[in-house]
Amino acid sequence: MHPALQGLVTIAIGVGGCMGYFYLSNFLLDRFLLPARALTAAEAATRRRLGTIFLLGVPGLLLAALYLAFFLPRGIFNVTGLFWMAVTALLIYGLWRLRDYVFANGELTAGRNISHANMIRPWLFLLPAIIALGLYLTYPVFETLRLSLTERVPGGGSRWVGLANYIQMADEPKFWEAMRNNMVWLVVVPAMSTLFGLLVAQLTDRIAWGSIAKMLIFMPMAISFVGASVIWKLVYDARPVDLDQIGIMNAIWVAVGGDPQQWLTLPFWNNFFLMAVLIWIQTGFAMVILSAALRGIPEETIEAAIVDGAGPFQVFFKIMVPQIMPTIVVVWTTITLVVLKVFDIVFAMTNGQWGTQVLANYMYDKLFRANDWGVGSASAMVIMLLVTPILVWNVRNARKEMR
Amino acid sequence: MAGLKLTDIAKSYGEVEVLKNINLDVSAGELIVFVGPSGCGKSTLLRMIAGLEKITGGTLEIDGLVVNDVPPAQRGIAMVFQSYALYPHMTVRDNMAFALKLAKKSKSEIEAAVKKAADILQLAPYLDRLPKALSGGQRQRVAIGRCIVRDPKVFLFDEPLSNLDAALRVATRLEIAQLKESMPDRTMIYVTHDQVEAMTLASRIVVLANKGISQVGTPLELYEKPQNEFVATFIGSPAMNLFTGEIAGTGQQTSIKLDGGGFLASAYPTNHDDMGMKVKVGIRPEDFMPTEDPGTGFSGTVDVQENLGEVTLLFFVPVTPGAEPVIAKLPGIHLGMKGKKVNLTAKPEKVHVFSNGLSLLYR
Repeated sequence: MHPALQGLVTIAIGVGGCMGYFYLSNFLLDRFLLPARALTAAEAATRRRLGTIFLLGVPGLLLAALYLAFFLPRGIFNVTGLFWMAVTALLIYGLWRLRDYVFANGELTAGRNISHANMIRPWLFLLPAIIALGLYLTYPVFETLRLSLTERVPGGGSRWVGLANYIQMADEPKFWEAMRNNMVWLVVVPAMSTLFGLLVAQLTDRIAWGSIAKMLIFMPMAISFVGASVIWKLVYDARPVDLDQIGIMNAIWVAVGGDPQQWLTLPFWNNFFLMAVLIWIQTGFAMVILSAALRGIPEETIEAAIVDGAGPFQVFFKIMVPQIMPTIVVVWTTITLVVLKVFDIVFAMTNGQWGTQVLANYMYDKLFRANDWGVGSASAMVIMLLVTPILVWNVRNARKEMR
Repeated sequence: MAGLKLTDIAKSYGEVEVLKNINLDVSAGELIVFVGPSGCGKSTLLRMIAGLEKITGGTLEIDGLVVNDVPPAQRGIAMVFQSYALYPHMTVRDNMAFALKLAKKSKSEIEAAVKKAADILQLAPYLDRLPKALSGGQRQRVAIGRCIVRDPKVFLFDEPLSNLDAALRVATRLEIAQLKESMPDRTMIYVTHDQVEAMTLASRIVVLANKGISQVGTPLELYEKPQNEFVATFIGSPAMNLFTGEIAGTGQQTSIKLDGGGFLASAYPTNHDDMGMKVKVGIRPEDFMPTEDPGTGFSGTVDVQENLGEVTLLFFVPVTPGAEPVIAKLPGIHLGMKGKKVNLTAKPEKVHVFSNGLSLLYR
């Protein structure tokens, strides 16, 4: 099948699956489990019996099959077996409580059924997301932590080594280069993106073609990081002196009398050429959010400032910017998170050579090229430690904004 | 100190004309109130005086200087906005000091000005609070304080009380009146749609309607001698009753035969040529007096009565269905009037006569 067709089919299955899940969970809840009508005591008792089979019997059989096929042959009285037994016990207890919650004894009113259904509904909707996040996000965090404390034993298996991976990593100059570069990225990219975003938001607000300009500036947001890197590699492209320069940087540079440069290999400065790509992408994001915030400023406070004698710059910096400060902080920290995780751009443009290594690319290097899961996981943990406090702060700020 | 002179002021947004031919002389120390129905351009006129809207025609003079193209801050004006427009990120102190800081006044000067304004407005305990920690009335006072510290020649108020609840509105109205009294040489221009505010505060009222000024005068002039039907019905509540009729006798007093049949005498003088002229007769509800004589004035059947204690409001069955009911406001308590036929008349000096919408008094 043609890849484009495959993509379309994937979208159709995904969207269809979501809609189907939505429809089915409502159907299950409103028709079978908790119909929006009163039930006599006899009806409720029948449903309770059927419900018990449905809620406990089906998962019970599945679990029993799993145990028979997977755990019994390996023995269930080791650490892993006991852990999964505890999980199973908790699951069964939860289902038992859920049954009591859904299928009560005695007569049931329609109101009781509706209110119970509405309490279960959000959890039912969230269930796939919770499972997916647990499986692909929460579990890997703990697994990575475990891996970062072990090392591969030649010939198969692994062994506990404590903090040895971290110590080894701290001795590597490449790691410190990545740390240093990440810190520079951390300062430059959020600052420039927010600044440009704010400028563009303010400047495009009052002009006729402002929305077209905004659309153009927002468009890089729709390009993948790798795609953007390819575009910018062309911008920085270098040809021998006697050929026409196809990279715009060198074209300008040669036009003003310079020799063609391999921009991406210039030590230290090449970091900033990489950052330009991310700034180019994130300015659109900052602009959209800040533009909305600027529109939310009461017009009368600006007029009052004009009457008070403030010039355009004073109005902007003393009246408008302070009023949208909370939004600026949220935008800044959100971009900070993107920056800490930056990988694709460096991977696609320099692969960390010529002094441009960053943490995420360092991790990839260790994990998938050197096949050293210990040090790779250790660097992943470092990234997570750096991201977490900013993430927590960001979520708090965003919540405050919403209130 | 500073007068205002508006000459042929006009405002249009592209093709749409909002205001035209506005001529007004304000002498120093007056409190002028602009009133008018929604959309009559009263706020626009105020904003043009403030310099927030461009004047598209005519000239505006403040203190003898043409200020059409002078930026707001240099016009010597200060403005209180409807929503107060306090700077939410600044404390009360900083809100009041902002203009002075921009004007690069010295620290001690700013401190003194803020303290003085805070004392006048009883804001001293709140100086370090943010606006969001203040009540509506306090915010309003901060907005006024922000004007006072600048010591402007002209104060502009844009519906300053409309966001307050009824009780606070009365109290703040009195405070503004006292403020005016404490600064007798400062000119104030006040926009409102509330005629009680207009009547109580104004030294002169400017009634705006139909893109222009309908009448300028003291509150009682507007009430007693309205220049036209619009002012007559706009000022006073309930609104003035209007009857159609024709002039049946002329002279120092005019006799009018109402279309309903009765005769009324008006103190408006007319001359012989006016005989038979179609006119409208206006009588305020509170000027009606009951009479036994069915041949004079208005007679009708009471449809609804409202007993307010101090007065009784009578609503009469309209002569033509759907027309505005005639309303009479009689002092005291009159019970059991519903369904009765009542004859009403008024003193000649309380009977207003209009022809083509204009008062015969001002011909």
